Amino acid sequence: MSSFSILVGKLVRGASRLRGGGSALPGLVVEKIDPDFIRRTLSTLPLGVAVVSGTNGKTTTTKMVVELLEGQGLKVFTNRTGSNFTRGVAAALLGEVNLRGRLDADIAVLELDEAHAVHFVKLIRPRYALLLNVLRDQLDRFGEIDKTTRLLEQIAQATTDTVVLNREDPRVASIADSLSSQKVTYFGLDASLRSTFPNDDEMRGSRSEAIAAAQPADVVLTRVAETEADFLVDGSPTTTGLKLRGVYNVFNAAAALTFARQILGTRADRTKLFESLANVEPAFGRGESLTVNGAPLELVLVKNPSGFRLGLKSFAAHGYATMIAINDNYADGRDMSWLWDVDFETLSGGVDMVTGVRAYDMALRLRYDDVPVREVVPDIPDALAKFISGAGTQPMRIFCTYTAMLAVRRELSKITKVEVVS
Amino acid sequence: MSRDIHIVQLYPRDMNIYGDWGNVLVLKQRLKWQGYNPVVTEYNPGDGFPSDADLIVGGGGQDSGQVVIQQDLQALAPSLRAMADDGLPMLVICGLYQLFGRFFKTHDGVLIPGIGVLDIETHGGPERLIGNVLSVSEEFGEIHGYENHSGQTFLGPDANPLARVRKGEGNNSKDDTEGARYKNVVASYLHGSLLPKNPAIADFLIEQAVTRRYGSYEPVPVADADLAELARLSELARSHAANRPR
Repeated sequence: MSSFSILVGKLVRGASRLRGGGSALPGLVVEKIDPDFIRRTLSTLPLGVAVVSGTNGKTTTTKMVVELLEGQGLKVFTNRTGSNFTRGVAAALLGEVNLRGRLDADIAVLELDEAHAVHFVKLIRPRYALLLNVLRDQLDRFGEIDKTTRLLEQIAQATTDTVVLNREDPRVASIADSLSSQKVTYFGLDASLRSTFPNDDEMRGSRSEAIAAAQPADVVLTRVAETEADFLVDGSPTTTGLKLRGVYNVFNAAAALTFARQILGTRADRTKLFESLANVEPAFGRGESLTVNGAPLELVLVKNPSGFRLGLKSFAAHGYATMIAINDNYADGRDMSWLWDVDFETLSGGVDMVTGVRAYDMALRLRYDDVPVREVVPDIPDALAKFISGAGTQPMRIFCTYTAMLAVRRELSKITKVEVVS
Repeated sequence: MSRDIHIVQLYPRDMNIYGDWGNVLVLKQRLKWQGYNPVVTEYNPGDGFPSDADLIVGGGGQDSGQVVIQQDLQALAPSLRAMADDGLPMLVICGLYQLFGRFFKTHDGVLIPGIGVLDIETHGGPERLIGNVLSVSEEFGEIHGYENHSGQTFLGPDANPLARVRKGEGNNSKDDTEGARYKNVVASYLHGSLLPKNPAIADFLIEQAVTRRYGSYEPVPVADADLAELARLSELARSHAANRPR
């Protein structure tokens, strides 16, 4: 029965790839005919399952954790396609198991969407969990930020060994209070960097007194520069070069380092960990750099106010042609009010193009921050063509919501080399 | 001579979600562009309440935020009621809309007293009402926004609805009312933020505030304001919003 379901799954996977379809369909098929497939397969891994969750930065952080562990010689299974639901995990597994259902890996490192992770951990309890943050994100799907915190808490409670928490996020840090049998470790920021990372409670300078700075952290980010950063690991300082861009990505490097150190324990080779970290390339749309007509073009995915604020702070606007693409499809979140929780003053030099289904909401937002907008073209392909020809040899940067980014990539793939994700 | 208008933002630390800050920003900028000088005070629990407020703005919040402000709000209740009775313009959204009513009864049956500025009552429900809303008001025309609340609000005889819902749920899933009006108080469930895409409401609040303070409303647009371009952008944002799914 199990080899049969794996065979069927692999066939569906092959067929849906030919069709260019979504990554979760074959997983759905296996889920229907063999619901125990994921649990049975993952339970054979010697180091078990490590889960990464939180509202922001899961994809990049998971990628970092995987590369850090691989750099230490571990074989790692992961759900690389970004299909972070149970079904997506099943689909990814199908690509890796042999027909007897054996997975040739030491550990699974999985990115899980916070709502779906709750179902996943009921199926299989993770040995390690890394919880990144609870930022205002797609609230129309989950209702409230506090509810999202409860979801992450359930993941932590289902974890059997170690939970790694963000010391700087009051909601995530508070999860420690609900844990008794798990080991809890933190990653954190130096006090000098805290003002760079506002959380949703302390927008507009009304600082929350709830910053839990008293806890010691395993890895602390102490300085961020253009192409390097300083970390304090277990009290001792290290400077490393980085290919990652954006301060929030670099903070997530502290999370990934802490998580990898917990998983590896005494086997961790610190020099090699930093070598691996220095070589991590950004995940798609997370500050990755492309070349179009000989000029550099950066894509920055923005999903919520904190991410947008950090994105604007991370990337200096001066000297760049800027485009903003805002959609309100289901995957983006239908509610546009989040744009009003972002300051756009860093773009005071002007935005060259505003596009997307909600281009006029965005343009209106910029108008109220006194940011000049040169052109508004709601149709993304038209807007992109005009933007690129208008930019000439200037470097370009595009801030885009999730589905807007998919549309931008589809257009870019016609003129340059870019991974198209459907 | 500078013509100051004092805006007080109620509880921005605890009751400020889904872009409520945008409402204050819109009032501030429109006042400036119309030749007035906006002064904004953020009022948080324990602060002294300004005695010369011209316009009061309050937003929504998490359940935890409502608990934090409860005691302070009750202490402030008599003066807020007096100011509302006296015609001071106020805009309250979502969470503070509920608390400006008579009471909020949670889904678990806990009774949270309101401050009774508005003759409304709210009952916590099992489901959240979420999505784009289009409503129509005799005073302000079409109102565009986004709702996200589990409280079901019902109007008493002394409150009028702000608008009637065409798309979405509004105050509750039983009738077609959205928001409430009392004197110069405008209350609504709509985020969006409400004022950027509904400038008629913003200008109503501004007109009331200015008239109360200076006896007449005489906007003098500043040189670079380009209010026609702003009106065009607002209209385009409204018409695009109107065509989006719930």
